[in-house]
Amino acid sequence: MELLSPTGVIDSFKAALSDSLLYARLYECEVAVKKNAFRTIWLHVERDAFREAVEHVCELQEYPHLAIISCSDLGQAVELTYHFTIYYGRRFAELSLGLRVDLPKTDLKVPTITDLIPGALFAEREIQEMIGVEVTGIPDSRRLFLPDDFPDGVYPWRTDETGPPADMLRVLPGRQQKQC
Amino acid sequence: MLEETEKATYTIPVGPIHPALKEPVRLALTIDGEEIVDVDVFVGQVHRGIEWLGMNRNNPVQTIYLAERVCGICNICHPLAFVMAVEHAAGITPPPRAEYIRTIAAEMERIHSHLLWAGVAAHEIGFDTIFYLAWRVREEIMDLIEYLTGNRVTKGVVQIGGVRRDITEEQFPRIRKSLDYYKGLFDQLRKVFLDDRTIRMRTKHVGVLSKEDALKLLAVGPTARASGVTKDIRQDQPYAAYADLDVQAMTPDMLTGTVVGDTYDRIIVRLLEVKQSIAIIEQCLESMPPGPILAQPKMPVLLKTLANAEGEGIGRVEAPRGEVVHYVRLEAGRETLANWRIRAPTYVNLMCVPTMLKGGQIADVPIAFASIDPCQSCANRMVVTDRALGTRSIMDYEEMHRISVQRTEEL
Repeated sequence: MELLSPTGVIDSFKAALSDSLLYARLYECEVAVKKNAFRTIWLHVERDAFREAVEHVCELQEYPHLAIISCSDLGQAVELTYHFTIYYGRRFAELSLGLRVDLPKTDLKVPTITDLIPGALFAEREIQEMIGVEVTGIPDSRRLFLPDDFPDGVYPWRTDETGPPADMLRVLPGRQQKQC
Repeated sequence: MLEETEKATYTIPVGPIHPALKEPVRLALTIDGEEIVDVDVFVGQVHRGIEWLGMNRNNPVQTIYLAERVCGICNICHPLAFVMAVEHAAGITPPPRAEYIRTIAAEMERIHSHLLWAGVAAHEIGFDTIFYLAWRVREEIMDLIEYLTGNRVTKGVVQIGGVRRDITEEQFPRIRKSLDYYKGLFDQLRKVFLDDRTIRMRTKHVGVLSKEDALKLLAVGPTARASGVTKDIRQDQPYAAYADLDVQAMTPDMLTGTVVGDTYDRIIVRLLEVKQSIAIIEQCLESMPPGPILAQPKMPVLLKTLANAEGEGIGRVEAPRGEVVHYVRLEAGRETLANWRIRAPTYVNLMCVPTMLKGGQIADVPIAFASIDPCQSCANRMVVTDRALGTRSIMDYEEMHRISVQRTEEL
């Protein structure tokens, strides 16, 4: 398989997703004495094009690695960032790829990607219980980290009314709670 | 047909507390006689919400010390991945000398972690002589870590924009002495772990993970490399001094010429990595550049820079068990972290456990499960539920350990 340059990867996303790609950014920095580059690509896609974007990642790399899905409660929406890595197994070729998708709180649903990447199951189970995003088509929707007797409808990573109530939080003496 | 299956299979929960592991995890094994037909993994017994705690620290510098306490063994890898993520988010470049010191610290950690694992693995199959031997030789690297950082466990050397402690020329002979000690020991270790008949019989073709499964289930670290996946961040997307050095992912075929993906191959990979770590430290000592060790030694200035920084960054470090990934977001005008997300290697390696254990035997569970070096924890007892009779009896860890030892003796 031919490897694309980092800018080539971004261009291929632009070609595949056209207007559904909201922004694409290449972060680059130099490391240590020989100043070799360390690169990360950040992409933001429309939610309707999310599946298409993941399929495109799978085209760039057979078996892409999904590190984790990070989440943020933005107030009106929930942001999910899927952290992929592609082109691993080769010296200096690997790229980190952050794929961001925003979901409005009125419709918190995202399609599963376990059919493309079976190992994504744990990460998807975690976002379901932690931030209350429904993963449609997930093969195993049980909780992952939270105990079975944890109340329904409470999502630890949310900052709105569905976040953990005050009686669930313990702030150490002499400290002030800063967020959540 | 269904009725027959119901009678034939049992479900055995293993854990959440099990001495094979360092932290709690529960496995539900469905067995047919001695054979394992299905495995389910339950985690979360030690979920501490550490990311939430970190976001509630006063500033990112305080969070470094929390990141160090994510894991008792990987306490360079986690803070290193965290500070790299912060540096990428805030646009701070650490000086080259600091990158070399970080690399030395990370490699010392790999040596001690792999030796610790070697001892635990030997104990799992009832070979306690090797357990004592491995932990005895591990003391040398622990002494070196203490000599260089001041602590055996939480080292506290990593700082945003550099490191907190220099390694000086006067300390080099002491480091070389320890490295020579391990170099002299390597052949002996190889003989003990790879040529021993008992170890071969207990680990060959046990807990096999094919290359395709490793790729599909996102295996990382020695677990992936033992299955022939040449994946190592130090090689693929080098950070710190690895970008200057020549690092290659270690696969078992380098020693044996074949890749099986079993527990024996995982031992080979870890042994080769200990050798590789020694070579990396030596290279670092030879080519360590002079200069400062911190990009910004004045703490108030650093904190101000971080509070005004806006951006997101990802830090990836090859820990002894595989990739550690930290994601950090900073918002301008906010002193605390806006987002912090950790991915430890065991998170993904655990998904390979069902595939590895299926078709195996109960007595092989401790060694096969320990072979991914799960960083999650310990089983003191297990509850045997007899579905056919509806009875519950408690089989403690000693019992399970006894079965495992018995199997070694039978061989």
